[in-house]
Amino acid sequence: MYDASTLFAQLLNGLSYSSTLFLVASGLALIFGVTKIVNFAHGSFYMLGAYIALTVTNALPTTGFGFWGGVVIAALVVGAIGCLIEVTILRRIYQAPEVFQILVTFGLVLVFQNLIYEFWGPDEVLAPRVPGLKGAVTIFGERIPQYNIALIFVGPVFLGLLWWLTHRTRWGRLIRAATQDREMVASLGVNQKTLFTAVFFIGTFLAGLAGALQIPKESANLQMDINIVVEAFVIVVIGGMGSIMGAFLAAVLVGVINAFGVLFFPQAVSVLIFLVMVLVLVFRPNGLLGGRMVAQRPGDLSIDQPFRLPTRAMKQAMLAAVLALALLPLVLPLYFEVIMTEVFILAIFAGSLHFLLSVGGIVSFGHAAYFGLGSYAAALVATRLGLPMAAGVLAAMVAGAGGGLLFGWFCTRLKGVYLAMLTLAFAQILFTLSIQMVSVTGGDNGIVGLTRPSWLNSHMAYYYLALAAAVLATRLMRRALYAPFGFAFRAGRDSLARSAAIGIDTARIQWGAFVLSGAFAGLAGALMAYHRGSVFPTDFSVSTTVDALVMVLVGGVQSVSGPLIGALSYHFVSVELIRNLADYWRLILGLFIIVFVLGVPQGIVGAFMNRFGKGER
Amino acid sequence: MSTLTVDDISKSFAGVKAVQGVSFEVGAGQILALIGPNGAGKSTCFNMLNGQLRADTGSVHFDGHDITRETPSQIWRRGVGRTFQIAQTFGSMTVRENVQMVLHSVHRRLAALWRPLSHNYCEEADTLLEAVGMHTQADRACCVLAYGDVKRLELAMALANRPKLLLMDEPTAGMAPKERNELMSLTARLVKERGLSVLFTEHSVDVVFEHADQVVVMSRGKLIAKGVPAEIREDPLVQEVYLGSGAFLETSEIGQ
Repeated sequence: MYDASTLFAQLLNGLSYSSTLFLVASGLALIFGVTKIVNFAHGSFYMLGAYIALTVTNALPTTGFGFWGGVVIAALVVGAIGCLIEVTILRRIYQAPEVFQILVTFGLVLVFQNLIYEFWGPDEVLAPRVPGLKGAVTIFGERIPQYNIALIFVGPVFLGLLWWLTHRTRWGRLIRAATQDREMVASLGVNQKTLFTAVFFIGTFLAGLAGALQIPKESANLQMDINIVVEAFVIVVIGGMGSIMGAFLAAVLVGVINAFGVLFFPQAVSVLIFLVMVLVLVFRPNGLLGGRMVAQRPGDLSIDQPFRLPTRAMKQAMLAAVLALALLPLVLPLYFEVIMTEVFILAIFAGSLHFLLSVGGIVSFGHAAYFGLGSYAAALVATRLGLPMAAGVLAAMVAGAGGGLLFGWFCTRLKGVYLAMLTLAFAQILFTLSIQMVSVTGGDNGIVGLTRPSWLNSHMAYYYLALAAAVLATRLMRRALYAPFGFAFRAGRDSLARSAAIGIDTARIQWGAFVLSGAFAGLAGALMAYHRGSVFPTDFSVSTTVDALVMVLVGGVQSVSGPLIGALSYHFVSVELIRNLADYWRLILGLFIIVFVLGVPQGIVGAFMNRFGKGER
Repeated sequence: MSTLTVDDISKSFAGVKAVQGVSFEVGAGQILALIGPNGAGKSTCFNMLNGQLRADTGSVHFDGHDITRETPSQIWRRGVGRTFQIAQTFGSMTVRENVQMVLHSVHRRLAALWRPLSHNYCEEADTLLEAVGMHTQADRACCVLAYGDVKRLELAMALANRPKLLLMDEPTAGMAPKERNELMSLTARLVKERGLSVLFTEHSVDVVFEHADQVVVMSRGKLIAKGVPAEIREDPLVQEVYLGSGAFLETSEIGQ
């Protein structure tokens, strides 16, 4: 075991990390509180701060003044870039549903990743030690870097500054007022635009500052954006969305858990943090210090037309489309056959997300969890138990449904952003486990060597299997959508109060929807596993979820046939991008997502239907 | 026998006594209005009857059953329908589907996964829609309806489980005088046809004296008077509560 002095040293290291976390999370909380934007790009500003600080401090003389000056300059530059982004892009989506905001800001993540890669290259960069704080302090016989000690004070200092700003200045009171009711503040004659831009400046400035302050401790790398933003979200959720004091408490909690977790459970630190978040949310659904969420006035996009049953002509068109797809392999080159097979599998996955998101309004931001559960279940059944493919596919559906059963139990107690973040937490737990539990999952290398039965070995045979599965799964999910179950699910989205007043147990219906959706996502995972012959931790990753979200979005969130059209167009675009523009695919994909959400929020099918008439969408 | 018996219910919020020892009864076929100035405890009282709030003390009996500790959906299953101050309907469904949704819950068929909802209980739904005069708009999306029509749809939804008692929370709030009278006349007609009892809270004194059989007046959490409208009109305590601020006259003249 560890002696007291080691533990104390570790506590101090944890607190120094808490400061970094608090700077990032307080900015995120401030931005969410006032603008209600779920800013997934917040980690990108942190990363940007780190890289800019590297360049600036290198250019300045290596004195204490040079370093601290460089840090402040970097933070200011990041803040300015934040303003620019707010004015040009985010300002347009304040009224949009959460999922659109998450997607746009994730598009920004991709753009920033690509740009930083362009400017600074793929390698990790470490800054020199800070002049004046190069040494270490000896406390109880343990040596702790002076810089870490100094950082410990940064968090409380900024907590004090933010408190002073929000409680002692007129402008800060406006921020707090806007956090409670921004429409009221606007109707009192406060210029919302300036207020929002300024808040965004402060938020991104703090993120940039945190990133800049981190460089003497940790090398700057291209993964730091997602890592920090996920932790920052955990903190903001634990603290209560929008609460700065809550963010501080949660940052201390997470920083300390991190520090001790490294000692006692080195492989499961992030799992530990997510479990803390799950626990907090079970007992306090609005976080530690979060107030009741004030319902926002719904934007135009949330007024949705009814799902209409397909007309006879529509049914015939669908039948014709399926027939055409069945004849396609006779004329298609092999390359397209493979891609179309993936399109069918992804259409099942996107369809399962569509069911939760579009029918029931549940932002499943960790939908990859069920996909990964499916793929890993199939792979384990095949490689460990040596069972045939049918058993693997069945196990995958059971695993996906089981995931829905377990996660749904927690998630259906929450609402809105909290729910979305909890689903993300579950996916991240599985993602971490799939990397860490090397003996079971093979770690980063995944599991390889899944073989299909001989009759399915040819690409054409697998094409037909995927097509049949997609048709069947789509048909089943559609029946559920039009059936009383789907309507009861939608009823909970439209009006909770009315649902309760007519005896609909909305939480129970939503739970059922999680199970159903999980089963189909699991099916997609298994089919993809057998398609590739291998599974990897990325099956659980955020980008897998985002892929599915973008497919649903591209097809049209409120369109019944959206997932299929979305999978088709998005998969072709992304595959071609990666193939032809390997260095720029993130940039283009990010811009594509942003432009698409801003320009065609109703999706391809929605836009088509708006133009060419009514009927099933 | 009375349909609803409220016996000495009280409710406090963090020390604030919102409702103190209120008792009254709603007789079969009766229309009872629960009135009082803002902050009198009407809404708290109302929410204790439909199960949204649980009374601290006292009891509520409906149709001979103690419903004090039941949830909104249990109370609904016993035959209590309700409407909301701001109409609560399902915006992304058609008018008919809104009623069909309720009927599926009535028949406990919410978990069905195969047959489309819109194929079941069509006639039953259309009968209800006809009763409130909404049958001509059955196929329209609920989110494009005029507000008065949404209110009528909500009424049809509240009637779908053949309730014995209808709870209406400020049914005419936010409506023009003409619409308001139409809605209340419609309600009165349905009450007679179906042998319903109604309890409604209301601010408009016009509506109360025009349509209520019995009036219960609350002020500062306490019941201060109950009786037929003519008695209430003459009650000195009620006059003091309302006329003290001149609100009684003004509201009836302006039709707020």
